[in-house]
Amino acid sequence: MRQLRFLQAMNEAYRQVMAQDESVMILGEDIRGGIRGETKGLHAAYGDDRVLDTPISEAAFTGFATGAALAGLRPIVQFQVPSLIYVAFDQLVNQAAKMRLMLGGQADLPVTYTIMVSGTRGGNAGQHSDNPYPYLVHAGFKVVCPSTAYDAKGLMIQAIREQDPVVFIASAMSLPQKGEVPEDIYTVPLGKGQVRRPGTDVTVVAVGHLVPEALAVADSLFEKRGISVEVWDPRTLLPFDRDGLLESVRKTGRVVIYDDTNRSCGYASEISAILGEHAFSYLVAPIKRITRADIPLPYNPDLEAAVLPSPKQLEQAICSAWSYSKS
Amino acid sequence: MSNILPPQMARKMYADMLRIRQFDTKVVELVDDDLIPGSCHEYCGQEAVAVGVCSALTDKDILTSTHRGHGHTLAKGGDVGKMFAELFGRSAGYNKGRGGSMHIADVSLGIFGANGIVGAGAPIACGAAHKFKAAGEPHVAVSFFGDGAINQGVVHEAMNLAAIWRLPVIFVCENNLYAMTTPLREVTILELHERAQSYGMASIKVDGMDVGAVFDAALSAVERARSGGGPSFLQCDTYRYFGHYSGERHMKTTYRTQQEIDEWKKRDPLDLWAERLIRGSICSAQDIERMKREVDDEIAQGVEYARGCPTPSPQDALEYMYAVNYPYTPAKGAEQ
Repeated sequence: MRQLRFLQAMNEAYRQVMAQDESVMILGEDIRGGIRGETKGLHAAYGDDRVLDTPISEAAFTGFATGAALAGLRPIVQFQVPSLIYVAFDQLVNQAAKMRLMLGGQADLPVTYTIMVSGTRGGNAGQHSDNPYPYLVHAGFKVVCPSTAYDAKGLMIQAIREQDPVVFIASAMSLPQKGEVPEDIYTVPLGKGQVRRPGTDVTVVAVGHLVPEALAVADSLFEKRGISVEVWDPRTLLPFDRDGLLESVRKTGRVVIYDDTNRSCGYASEISAILGEHAFSYLVAPIKRITRADIPLPYNPDLEAAVLPSPKQLEQAICSAWSYSKS
Repeated sequence: MSNILPPQMARKMYADMLRIRQFDTKVVELVDDDLIPGSCHEYCGQEAVAVGVCSALTDKDILTSTHRGHGHTLAKGGDVGKMFAELFGRSAGYNKGRGGSMHIADVSLGIFGANGIVGAGAPIACGAAHKFKAAGEPHVAVSFFGDGAINQGVVHEAMNLAAIWRLPVIFVCENNLYAMTTPLREVTILELHERAQSYGMASIKVDGMDVGAVFDAALSAVERARSGGGPSFLQCDTYRYFGHYSGERHMKTTYRTQQEIDEWKKRDPLDLWAERLIRGSICSAQDIERMKREVDDEIAQGVEYARGCPTPSPQDALEYMYAVNYPYTPAKGAEQ
């Protein structure tokens, strides 16, 4: 089958949905220029009214999408750097996320927010390197975090078609991913995780760009020590596929969560709590979390590496979970 | 008085202002009686602004409102009974008891909601206006906000968006002189409408106690917007009688004097308009009295209706968060 990169898969999703549904529009900073490629060709195909380059006014263009949605459109708002959402936080958290409930269901808000280059690309320091999804899950947004080009297209199309606000996390380190992507329009459902590598000894929950790293660690541990690691990719963070995860953990009884958000109240904290509540009886080892440390990302590459979750830490955690014994 | 106003419309504008006055006067009582949880920000004193602007609109036009939103909602055609039901938190209320005073809305009437965050409605109005413009529909969006909002960044961002894209938006700044208890002059220099001029839009100041003057200004702005002329800004100078919110009159606030309040009340928008209706032989004094009785009845019936409405079931507390729910989403606070 044809191979596409993650960004090309996003671009195809945008193009196909916009061709199919005239109410879909996209706005944000430098959309027309589309230097990374995910919005390439959209303006030429769909024109000024549906492809808008905005001024640097994150709060206003986010609120603009809310109003457009209330009036019947289906906007995609693209944030070019993850931390830009903080500038728009009132419009996201206080307006869009709460709007439907506050209105008593009078209107739906079918808005998609694309968060580009989420996480670190290396050397972008404190304000360009966050993975802001815990905030967004907390606010009640549906959040998807694809790890493959196939999921990028399928989850993007599903996100745009949802009747609720959905955040699409385009992890910086996932953008070079290349994989098989069907040419037809298709969707990946929300709330369905996927076993990326079956195993029987330890479950690794890996989020977004950490999935390929976890797969590499799992392969090498199997070769080196014969440990059979199951790598499970939640794919969507809210709704979260609790049943899918429990099925894996029921089998292995040992879990390591590998997630690039802060340790305190990060996404791994929530998964850990879910397992504590629902998997207690079949866990045979303490839950391990490998996460980002609780500080802004430092600039220096060595310091950055010291703060990020690493394959080495993951390997140690898997071994420790695997060898743990109560007696 | 406006020269272009048919008598029937002039009378309706009085009745509309009266409805707002009586509604929010009743609200103050009901807050004191604990029938309304929380507090409300009463619109009394500012009626000419909401009615003057909304009289220039159709059902297809939309508005975004403020924390002081009962006036805008009523002026755009909101139903008194459903509004009281919402303020009482009942399931027959506009927002099914989920929004209350600060989020009251009727999306079907183009009322996109009161808002608890100052200035937050401005970009939302722009988004709706874009839809109208892109679809070639002749409708407009009105964004109401107060003098306090003129120092909120998102309002300026929104004015810029409306200006660069020539959106059919009317920014209506209700200058009631205070942001809570902070006087306008301590936080803002120049006239409010002068700020909008820097975005290249038509921008004027009108007497916000004179419903005819507000209507004339709003109508020009609406016509400009409908014909592709882009956004406008109206500064309406007005005054709020009850202060920032219901509770204020039980407090010993000193930020404004009784003399100042009395001076503004001498130019009460309802009295001014009634006088002109009578002087212009559009209404008799008896007509005015009759309208007052009719509106009193409407308010009493609305309260009665709302009192009789059932409250939502706590079992349904998580309803309306999403159009489409998923397993365990939204999560409950305790496992069941």
